[in-house]
Amino acid sequence: MNGIYFDNNATTRVDPAVVEVMLPYFTEQFGNPSSMHSFGNKVGLAIKKARMQVQELLGAEHDSEIIFTSCGTESDSTAILSALRAQPERREIITTTVEHPAILTLCTYLEKEGYKVHLLSVDGRGRLDLDEYKKLLSDQVAVVSVMWANNETGTFFPVVEMAEMANAAGAMFHTDAVQAVGKVPLNLKDTKIDMLSVSGHKLHAPKGIGALYLKRGTRFRPMLRGGHQERGRRAGTENSTSIVGFGKAAEMALAAMDYENTIVARLRDKLEAGILAKVPRSFVTGDPTNRLPNTSNIAFEFIEGEAILLLLNKFGIAASSGSACTSGSLEPSHVMRAMSIPYTAAHGTVRFSLSRYSTEFEVNRVIEVVPEIIAQLRKLSPYWDGDGPAAEPEKAFAPVYA
Amino acid sequence: MWDYSDKVKDHFFQPRNAGVLKDANGVGDVGSISCGDALRLMLKVEPESDIILDAQFQTFGCGSAIASSSALTEMIKGKTLAQALQVSNQDIADYLDGLPPEKMHCSVMGREALQAAVANYRGEVWSDDHEEGALICKCFAIDAVMIEDTIRANNLCSVQDVTNYTKAGGGCSSCHEGIEDILAKVVTERGETYKPGSVPKEDASPIGLTNLQRIRRIEAVLESVRPQLKRDGGDIELVDVDGKTIYVNMTGACAGCQMEALTLQGIQQKLMEELKEFIKIVPTKVGSLSRAMKG
Repeated sequence: MNGIYFDNNATTRVDPAVVEVMLPYFTEQFGNPSSMHSFGNKVGLAIKKARMQVQELLGAEHDSEIIFTSCGTESDSTAILSALRAQPERREIITTTVEHPAILTLCTYLEKEGYKVHLLSVDGRGRLDLDEYKKLLSDQVAVVSVMWANNETGTFFPVVEMAEMANAAGAMFHTDAVQAVGKVPLNLKDTKIDMLSVSGHKLHAPKGIGALYLKRGTRFRPMLRGGHQERGRRAGTENSTSIVGFGKAAEMALAAMDYENTIVARLRDKLEAGILAKVPRSFVTGDPTNRLPNTSNIAFEFIEGEAILLLLNKFGIAASSGSACTSGSLEPSHVMRAMSIPYTAAHGTVRFSLSRYSTEFEVNRVIEVVPEIIAQLRKLSPYWDGDGPAAEPEKAFAPVYA
Repeated sequence: MWDYSDKVKDHFFQPRNAGVLKDANGVGDVGSISCGDALRLMLKVEPESDIILDAQFQTFGCGSAIASSSALTEMIKGKTLAQALQVSNQDIADYLDGLPPEKMHCSVMGREALQAAVANYRGEVWSDDHEEGALICKCFAIDAVMIEDTIRANNLCSVQDVTNYTKAGGGCSSCHEGIEDILAKVVTERGETYKPGSVPKEDASPIGLTNLQRIRRIEAVLESVRPQLKRDGGDIELVDVDGKTIYVNMTGACAGCQMEALTLQGIQQKLMEELKEFIKIVPTKVGSLSRAMKG
């Protein structure tokens, strides 16, 4: 497919070099790394290498701090449930209103089990209030879980500082860093972060592979018990092929770190400026001064996101939206709501997320197409009147709830 | 990506009757901005005959909301108000060759816009009579509000009850946790304790039909769709019923028709609703063979 893929926060293409290192592990290198014979031995060595590649990307002190899992969600669940089981006397969790469902849905479930969950709110730019956070920390808190970067807006959270504060209060600190790893230089050994989730498919490795970073000395209770794989911390025969691919992808991400933060960031800035200049009544959501280098989330007022995506798709352009309809839910994105973005704009948010494969040509093409699409849909909108929004749009159209 | 029919895509990409109708004499504004779907329907009605001379729409909404609005305007133009009000949300969905269960509310919105516009034309005030909740049962498109209201009104206390009253949970059964959550909430409000009861058994017919009764019902459903198939030069016959698998033979123009899968999907849905259980409809080899011979 020769489309323009600007949805890299959803998933990324597997790098051809990653595919290449994986192929032998589907065929001749099929052994079980736990076996005593040479069929398994080579696979075991390959996994060891991959573990070191991931260790290096994360800046972890020891390779044994890396536990391979099946995905970011598994890493998140493992981390939170472990923290609760290891400290049964602590019954509280602190997280944020803008976390990924992998954390929020789990926390809602844990609330039913009797845990107290504190949700930190954000301001209009998606920023946390650290004073509010400080007040919530106590000897009742088992774990704090705060994402490194928000998947919808790209906004960073001060996780290094927040981990120090949690540590001082005796609480464990976990961060869901699936969007940040590979785009932000990390040096976990110099932080108080106890646990960190990472996902392979966000950084050009295949789907179905992830890892949990577990700082040495952090008390741990496995979610999957069984064999001795991953030092007994995650039983189940290793997904060796994908682990090898993940290792290679981690090595490549580290090598491309500067590129992501200079060239990709510049392309993103050009895309964003180009669209904002041509489309009236549109604005950037989140904190543009402190965010991932590849992400731009733009709200187009008075129209709905799914309709925008369908028209973009017709032009071969892939992006994603925070509208209710794209997810099948009744509310627009919880991230947009948490930032108090009005409904008439929240439903029209579109996230463009680039990668190191994105080109200037693609950016120019999207800048050319988007304004036409927005204008076309606004013509259909009851909030729009000719070339601009109706005078007092909320009064011009106030539907009866149906 | 939603599995939209070609007809939905067509009405989204080339919406009919979009924009402001200058001399409208009946306007209906409905929808919910929090849900991201809202619609203004504008009618031009001839007072002497009550005939809808023209209809246009403006929609803030997703692909299927725009397509449903477009379809609605096409369906009601030229009709009298009385005829137009006969158009149900299912008719709108059928006109579009079906909508995903999560999107059925778009067609409901179309129907309500019509009621609101007619009320406006007649100088009446239209008020909405239902509230929509989060979609729980995807097989039968039943939402949380509907389930909660039904549990309350009928003092229900098990998933099986909920399935019998609303159909929710009678399909693939993956929504049972969600239904149990609602049950637990309402039962606790009644001052009782929710005890997880039995779920519908796989083998027994949930509504206690004998094999013969079951087959008769299946035949009655096929009979009800037959006129439609015959109109398109095709037909369907029942070959066999093996537990939850119903084998049919598509004949005439239906065999090998591009729309076969879609047609079968629609019939399967009707059968599930009638039998109140999850079934699978499978075209037999005879059908495939005649298709191969034709092709």
